[in-house]
Amino acid sequence: MIRSYLPHTPEDRRDMLAVIGAKSVEELFCDIPAAVRLKRSLNLPAALSEPELVRHLEKMAGQNSPVSEMICFRGAGAYDHYIPSVVDPIISRSEFYTAYTQYQPEIAQGYLQALWEYQSLIAILTGMEMATSSLYDGGTALAEAAMMACNVAERKEVVVSLAIHPHYREVLATYGRDWGFQIVEVAATNGLTEIEQLKKIISPATAAVLIQTPNFFGSIEDLQELADVVHNVGALLVTSVNPISLGILEPPGAFGVDIVVGEGQPLGIPLSFGGPYLGFFATSEKLMRKTPGRIVGQTSDYEGTRGYVLTLQAREQHIRREKATSNICSNEALCSLAAAVYLCALGKKGLQDTASQCTQKAHYAFRKITAIKKFSPVFTSPFFHEFVVRCPIPVSEVNVRLAEKGMIGGLDLGRYYSELVGCMLICVTEKRTREEIDTLIAGLEAM
Amino acid sequence: MRQSKSLIFEMSRPGRRAVDLPECDVPTEKLESLIPQKMIRKSEAALPEVSQQDLIRHYTALSRRTFGVDSGFYPLGSCTMKYNPKINESACRLAGFANLHPLQDPDDIQGALAVLHDMEIYLAEIAGMDAVTLQPVAGAHGELTGLKLIRAYHRARGENRTQVIVPDSAHGTNPATATVCGLETVEIKSNADGSIDLAALRSVVGPNTAALMLTNPSTLGLFETQICEIAQIVHDAGGLLYYDGANANAIMGIARPGDTGFDVVHFNLHKTFSTPHGGGGPGSGPVGVKKSLVPFLPVPLIVKEGNRYRLDEDLPQSIGRVHSFFGNFGVIVRAYAYIRTMGPDGLRQVSEDAVLNANYCLAQLKKDFYSPFSRYCMHECVLTSKYQKANGVSTLDVAKRLLDYGYHPPTIYFPLIVEEALMIEPAETESRETMDAFIDAMKRIAAESATDPQKVTGAPFSTVVGRLDQVAAARKPVLRWKEPTA
Repeated sequence: MIRSYLPHTPEDRRDMLAVIGAKSVEELFCDIPAAVRLKRSLNLPAALSEPELVRHLEKMAGQNSPVSEMICFRGAGAYDHYIPSVVDPIISRSEFYTAYTQYQPEIAQGYLQALWEYQSLIAILTGMEMATSSLYDGGTALAEAAMMACNVAERKEVVVSLAIHPHYREVLATYGRDWGFQIVEVAATNGLTEIEQLKKIISPATAAVLIQTPNFFGSIEDLQELADVVHNVGALLVTSVNPISLGILEPPGAFGVDIVVGEGQPLGIPLSFGGPYLGFFATSEKLMRKTPGRIVGQTSDYEGTRGYVLTLQAREQHIRREKATSNICSNEALCSLAAAVYLCALGKKGLQDTASQCTQKAHYAFRKITAIKKFSPVFTSPFFHEFVVRCPIPVSEVNVRLAEKGMIGGLDLGRYYSELVGCMLICVTEKRTREEIDTLIAGLEAM
Repeated sequence: MRQSKSLIFEMSRPGRRAVDLPECDVPTEKLESLIPQKMIRKSEAALPEVSQQDLIRHYTALSRRTFGVDSGFYPLGSCTMKYNPKINESACRLAGFANLHPLQDPDDIQGALAVLHDMEIYLAEIAGMDAVTLQPVAGAHGELTGLKLIRAYHRARGENRTQVIVPDSAHGTNPATATVCGLETVEIKSNADGSIDLAALRSVVGPNTAALMLTNPSTLGLFETQICEIAQIVHDAGGLLYYDGANANAIMGIARPGDTGFDVVHFNLHKTFSTPHGGGGPGSGPVGVKKSLVPFLPVPLIVKEGNRYRLDEDLPQSIGRVHSFFGNFGVIVRAYAYIRTMGPDGLRQVSEDAVLNANYCLAQLKKDFYSPFSRYCMHECVLTSKYQKANGVSTLDVAKRLLDYGYHPPTIYFPLIVEEALMIEPAETESRETMDAFIDAMKRIAAESATDPQKVTGAPFSTVVGRLDQVAAARKPVLRWKEPTA
């Protein structure tokens, strides 16, 4: 059999066996005990040729209704932003995407520099001293931050705001249960973490307080006040941020936040049904030797030419094994590259404009929707590009009717918060036009 | 040849941009009236400002300073650097996949759930397991998920077993994962050929053994011949057997971990199933389990009812969520396309050819480089620079000299238990002519090591930078760009 990914002809195989001195390929597998050999063919569908495969995949993809065929007002941790045309051609350059981790820096200078520039961009955006080259996604990045904070503070209690994405909190619980940090929850009122309750909960046993901003409800937390409260007991403030919001919002670094993480998907990465996404991670130089995952550093060769290498590897699993700061190995490098291209394509003004349009359009939608008698605002807290409204009929029913008109309505919050049954989390990014927003408003008016 | 490349920050000029965005078409209000002043940025984020062509040239130049599988032979042991089919890249970019929001309603996502559901079945069949979760996004993430499943299994039986046995030949992720899972690593010495020392294993198993983590074929590229005895010893002690699928490219359709006594398996779709490594991800690390561990799988589960699929989050014994959504869907679609392309016979042929290629390289090189084992290897072979060492040439030098010949070097200094190791994995997608050229380069380097060792110890000569100062990089880390002070 010759298939396009398998170059050997029968003659090749015969000649190679002769060089090896084996009678058959079978002989090469003689170490595998007969008792455990598979004595039948794998029960898998028969091979498809390329045109057959294309037809099949198009059929499967065609059974979905993607945001490119609908008008999307759903966010909740995955956002439909415009992706500039330059991003995909760059990450499709196969020198990048077919490479392995940069273990041989002399022939990986381009990728290493791209990752170093990415680290720089994330540090600039978050207002932090340094950033790492990537973690898996928003949820696991938060869990890595919690474990690191416990190691730094030498404490094992993590206080978590209920205004953090419920999935992130679930991931956190999964990691915490076995690693051994305890989770204490702090409630949210009016869409914001309850600072008075937080003050009562935290103590010198608290390693870290975890906050998301804009949080799951879209509301912007008061990082200054939170930082003061958290640092008062010697705990670390960890925030998960939406990177696009930092086009207009004061960065966490300005408030003395200790670790900044987040979901990098909004930075030029397709929705792709939830992954691959990008966990970003930024912190202070003082904590750099405790950070999880790959870091690229600038150095020079022995003739003085500027170059880049993976550095601070003494933190990592392949060197430190059970004493490593994390078990992460493969991460999301290509997504970091996409995020870097996105940020450089937009530039200083473009990111600011994108963030500003998100806010303006979301507030326009908020004003119009809450002007409809049957829909009422739920919170009065300031928000970025997501907000919550109470619906006159079950949210699922609202969404069925919006879907009939080609729209993906907001997220049903009753799924995650019993007190928010009947409430919908609506997201409006810069990509939505006034016409599309007005279509949503007309659709809701008709409920 | 030696030349640094300007940074994107150094190319920035105020007022340039690489994409034009539309004007805001809704009535706007002053930002200060929408968001409290103290929360608004006081100064703009200093992102670079470049034109579109300059941006493209910058990254094109960076790509040309990077070596991928498409650039040339990449026999990096334990990493399975096989060809990444182009149709897979188009597959994951189909609008119905790439533009799907993870929280859309069930009616909108039936095609995606069908792909995930079928993929679970395919991988379970290849692994010989009863169920699979696709949520872990990397091998190490799969290991973590697998160990959590094992902990949950023991807990449900009223046992708190806290030790994970790991051979000293294992990948670093095994012990590191045990730590993240709150477990203690018990390292056992391997035999010289990397196999498990049964006496050593017997001496450490006991009521506290949660699991043994094993890579098979081992990190030395050899199949663990005593696998049935090992399984017996671990199971008799009440522990479970974890299969690290890093080397699964050797066994598809030939032997299944589930049939050799393993209880939990992870695969690396970015190794065995042809998805690109991306320069360090995104990957995907699905985990397969035997029936007794199914109740503990992470949420959500994909359930098929008639011809419809739905997501089930109601699993009281589940370890919980391990990823924000459903794992690296885009990577899973690529691997799905690969399995459908290869079919059952094709996958078996993959493993046969991978093993054939490794043995071919071994046979051709074992005179010039020391071969520590006199038996057939599986999909990768371990050689060393023992002969070259006599002339002051190390494995690192050999690797660096290979760069001058246009190759990505093999994995070096791993496994840790073999001195000066060179681990060569010529994936099945490589032709005999490609390997012959590589073998020739290796032989030349062996000859140079004897006749002109400086040519090897001073290498590389042809790359854009020479050997880099790693010590300075770690001692005084420069991890980001900073505006030069005037």
